[in-house]
Amino acid sequence: MLNPADEELLAATAVSKRFGGVRAVEDVSISVRRGEIASIIGPNGAGKTSLLNMISGFYRPDSGSITYEGRDITHSRPAQIAKLGIARTFQNIALFGGMTVLDNIMLGRHVRMKSGVLSSFIYWGLAQREEVAHRARAEEIIDFLELQDLRKELTSALPYGLRKRVELGRALALDPKLLLLDEPMGGMNQEEKEDIARYVLDVNEQWGTTIILIEHDMAVVMDISERVAVLDRGRKIAEGTPAEIQRNPTVIEAYLGSAHQARERAA
Amino acid sequence: MTLNATLPQLLRRNAEQHAGRSALREKDLGIWQTYNWRRYWDEVRGLALGLAAAGFKRGDKLAVIGENRPRLYFAQLAAMSLGGIAVPAYQDAIASELAYVLDHAEISVVVAENQEQVDKILSLKDRLPHLQLLVYDDPRGLLNYDDPILKSFEAVQAEGRTFGETHPDYVEAAVGAAKPDDLCLFSYTSGTTSRPKGVMLSHANLLDPAEVFAAAEGFRAGDEHIAYLPMAWVGNSLFSLAVHMHVGFTVNFPEKPETLRRDVREIGPTIALAPPRQWENALTEIMVRAADASPTKRRIFEFFRKVAERAQLCISERRPIPLGTRFLRGLGEFFVYGPVRDQLGLRRARVVYTGGAPLGVDVFRFFRAIGVNLKQVYGATELSGLCSVQPNSEVDPETVGRMLQGMEVRIAPHGEVEVRSPGTFKGYYKQPDESREAITEDGWLRTGDAGFVDKRGHLAIIDRAKDVGRLYDGTSFAPQFIENKLKFSSYVGEAVVFGHDRSFVAAMVAIDAETVGKWAERHNLPYTSFQDLCSRREVLGLIGDEIRRCNAGLPEATRIRRFIVLNKEFDADDDEITRTRKIRRRFVTEKYAAVLDAFYSGESEVELSTEITFEDGRKSVLQSRLAIGDVDEPSPPAAAAARRLEEAVAVAG
Repeated sequence: MLNPADEELLAATAVSKRFGGVRAVEDVSISVRRGEIASIIGPNGAGKTSLLNMISGFYRPDSGSITYEGRDITHSRPAQIAKLGIARTFQNIALFGGMTVLDNIMLGRHVRMKSGVLSSFIYWGLAQREEVAHRARAEEIIDFLELQDLRKELTSALPYGLRKRVELGRALALDPKLLLLDEPMGGMNQEEKEDIARYVLDVNEQWGTTIILIEHDMAVVMDISERVAVLDRGRKIAEGTPAEIQRNPTVIEAYLGSAHQARERAA
Repeated sequence: MTLNATLPQLLRRNAEQHAGRSALREKDLGIWQTYNWRRYWDEVRGLALGLAAAGFKRGDKLAVIGENRPRLYFAQLAAMSLGGIAVPAYQDAIASELAYVLDHAEISVVVAENQEQVDKILSLKDRLPHLQLLVYDDPRGLLNYDDPILKSFEAVQAEGRTFGETHPDYVEAAVGAAKPDDLCLFSYTSGTTSRPKGVMLSHANLLDPAEVFAAAEGFRAGDEHIAYLPMAWVGNSLFSLAVHMHVGFTVNFPEKPETLRRDVREIGPTIALAPPRQWENALTEIMVRAADASPTKRRIFEFFRKVAERAQLCISERRPIPLGTRFLRGLGEFFVYGPVRDQLGLRRARVVYTGGAPLGVDVFRFFRAIGVNLKQVYGATELSGLCSVQPNSEVDPETVGRMLQGMEVRIAPHGEVEVRSPGTFKGYYKQPDESREAITEDGWLRTGDAGFVDKRGHLAIIDRAKDVGRLYDGTSFAPQFIENKLKFSSYVGEAVVFGHDRSFVAAMVAIDAETVGKWAERHNLPYTSFQDLCSRREVLGLIGDEIRRCNAGLPEATRIRRFIVLNKEFDADDDEITRTRKIRRRFVTEKYAAVLDAFYSGESEVELSTEITFEDGRKSVLQSRLAIGDVDEPSPPAAAAARRLEEAVAVAG
């Protein structure tokens, strides 16, 4: 075994977030190793998305710290975090409906572009070369996600399942080292879910991207993740391999609806 | 003939004489990438060396399976270069069908396009005793596979480079030693009636028809062709391999099947080949889009469509076109015909072909009317795909044209079309009895089609010889002719007509989901699923009207009296149609025996349980109760078409 510290890509240590009187996330610690697919599961309102929002810099934790590649990103802004190589998708799709699939994905390349307004103006040739290189990368993503026939379609005109796929493409355009997926399969039928699961596995296999996945579909989570963390009412109640989680009595109770018994036990 | 060469020899010639000219063009990552002739040969040679290193030798068989892709051509030519035989397989075949072909052909190497095909082949590994090597093109998803027979295309070529260091002229020597009469391709028939048969073709079989075809039609090196048809179809091999090697034009490959329409528009092919189904679909789509357009646009479209059809009628009846029509046609070219052709990507098309099955007269007329030089060709797998084509000045919807130079046709006493051609195959692989039966003692191929030769010497095909049926009272009728008439309706997807040994003609119709769906929307008809839509009374009425329209063009005795709207589409996975979309009449008749009984016993409904096969081979049963429609109102007799049919059938005897 390697020293776990070497492998660790992201660590959240005892992070908490309150909204008024609501404790969305309380004292949660998770650690994600480089190259793995880690899932966060839990009932609605368990604080999964809030945790993701803290990692990606949309929320600032009230207490605790988050480190990424050994540096503290607890107080970094979303744009800085994106530059460090953390990309995310949203539970409610966040795409520009009036733009084409290609443009939405190119937009994801934006943080990787160096020429600003002025340099684009002066060093026209250089800026153009940069644009071409980024377009080539966007095309690789289009090929990877099999969106070739939709390149020039407006995203607002696409069905839900495909918009989710485009959003994944936009996140991939960042060339992320860590990809945060917030319910990428929500509202999809079985076939679409299997497609997305295959893309997630392929992203991980082909580019070695580390993935944190929030997902409700247990079958998919258990199938593709290496480790699973379970949140309930803002607290982490279990962590382990899929097999361990499936046997864990606390998790079973939380999921079988006897949530308050589980809470008593946890307290 | 004059070429006296093999396909790899022509490839080498092209690589030497036209090294820098474009041979293949593939859209990859959104950009058209060109392979010139030099590169084509290098890729083929590299792979051939790799195959030789793996033990592939003269007479061995290599199968390719996937969409039309340059690398699958490299693989076929690499096999041929070593004196081996290429066997293109249908990429959408389910595992059991594929197993039969690969096993029967004793395939030792398979070159597969992607993970989907690799998975299929690996699942069949136990049933393929000859299989030694499985090569894949697209590595996506295959990184963690560790089957010992699985190798990437690059890996095989890399092994070829090592082999080439010790055997520098290995491939060149093998190519030089080959003879035009060597076998090079097994084209498996799609099996309308039985198990697929392996049609054995030699280099000369493919190249001789290719040569006379190219000469008759004036193909040039500057032509652009787009290859998207199933690779297993012999027409594809003839065009994209044989004619391509001979003429040296550019073959373009679309990015994927879904982008075909856009890719065709970008390329603007100058020559194209499409089966009737494709033309029917294109027409349906034009009609759907016209119906969805604003009322003004719709009226303009309809007006100029009628003008074009009037003009077309004059041309086909050899009357001069009236001056007014001529003028309007000029306007129409600007407002309607040109833009429609442009939408179809046919603006630069010099000549386009339909073949493989009959095309509805009305579909044919429509495309001719809007200025597409659409022509019918006729051939059979056993004739290397082609024996007749319509000369430019003698295009006619009812014939398949004149025999090419060096080919002859005759009609056997029982009405069957027989052809003698240098393209005639060398027999079915491992089926000597069937092979003997296919060819007459004096060397003519029995095509199995019923037809006649008209006064100009054009061949006309009526139907499959065994399908020409007789009603109970002895009136003969051609089911396919009626089906094609039905299919002209944009609401009808597929149709099967019955009546042999029965008292009247009845039809089973599978609706076109898209157009009927739109129709239902326009008429505020709610429905939940395709099955629900099919079982609607209103849809029964709609199809009834379409049948009445079709009946108007049929002789009184062979009009459709009763019909049913099926609640599923005909599907090759259910064996109802072949992969080239020809109805398997006998199978359908047996499968839907209950429907037939209901038709002729006067029932008004039928209880139907149909088995549906999913792509992965799983089956499920669909239970349903379908209403039978009656068409009893007498409709006005339409003489012309009816007479034509009677004449045709009379000639066919």
